[in-house]
Amino acid sequence: MTLTDYLYYIILPILAFSVLLIVYRFIKGPSIADKIIALDVLITTGIGIIGVYSIIHGRSTFLDTAMILALIAFLSTVAFSYYLEKRNRKK
Amino acid sequence: MSSVIIVILVTLGTLFVLLSAIGLIRMPDTYMRISVNTKAATLGVGLILVGTAVFFNDLSTTSRALVIILFVFLTAPVSAHLIGRASYFMGVKLWKGSIMDDLRGKYQKNSYILKSETDDSPEDNVDHSKMDDEASQ
Repeated sequence: MTLTDYLYYIILPILAFSVLLIVYRFIKGPSIADKIIALDVLITTGIGIIGVYSIIHGRSTFLDTAMILALIAFLSTVAFSYYLEKRNRKK
Repeated sequence: MSSVIIVILVTLGTLFVLLSAIGLIRMPDTYMRISVNTKAATLGVGLILVGTAVFFNDLSTTSRALVIILFVFLTAPVSAHLIGRASYFMGVKLWKGSIMDDLRGKYQKNSYILKSETDDSPEDNVDHSKMDDEASQ
């Protein structure tokens, strides 16, 4: 079993299964904070999947996308929590 | 030899990501979910990116992977703190088995002032009672 086969048939299904679990929490989540956390972890798992894909295809340029995703995850979490707190304060 | 190292790193990282996803399902409380995901998912993604850097084995990819790891490691605690603070002010309930709340009675609801001792006027405080049995999932 080569490295590509191992990554393709074992690692990627496990990552996809964890994405499914996170999406379940994203849909179900009792409060809106749970949904924001699930979104954050979803993007973090996406960075891992991009890393595994860049090993499989042998292209290091995929990592640029991962960098931008990390930035967007941080910005979205900060913006969401800022506006949640602001909405709460108005009340 | 290097493929063995890559397999070990990527497998460990994937296990950490899977554990964080299971923790996101199984943990009974918003604050515990924040705690799980800040640590486990960050470590898992860091290990996967170190495996990528070992696979390509040149300077540009290694520096790129290290920049991503540094960025994730710097921003995950900050975002976890922000969302935890916002959810505390939103009145998200603690789990009923929680035995300790260090901020009980110290945050003011309207002025957002954090006091160092417990306040005597509880109508101003943030509501942080514990959740019921049926709401724990």
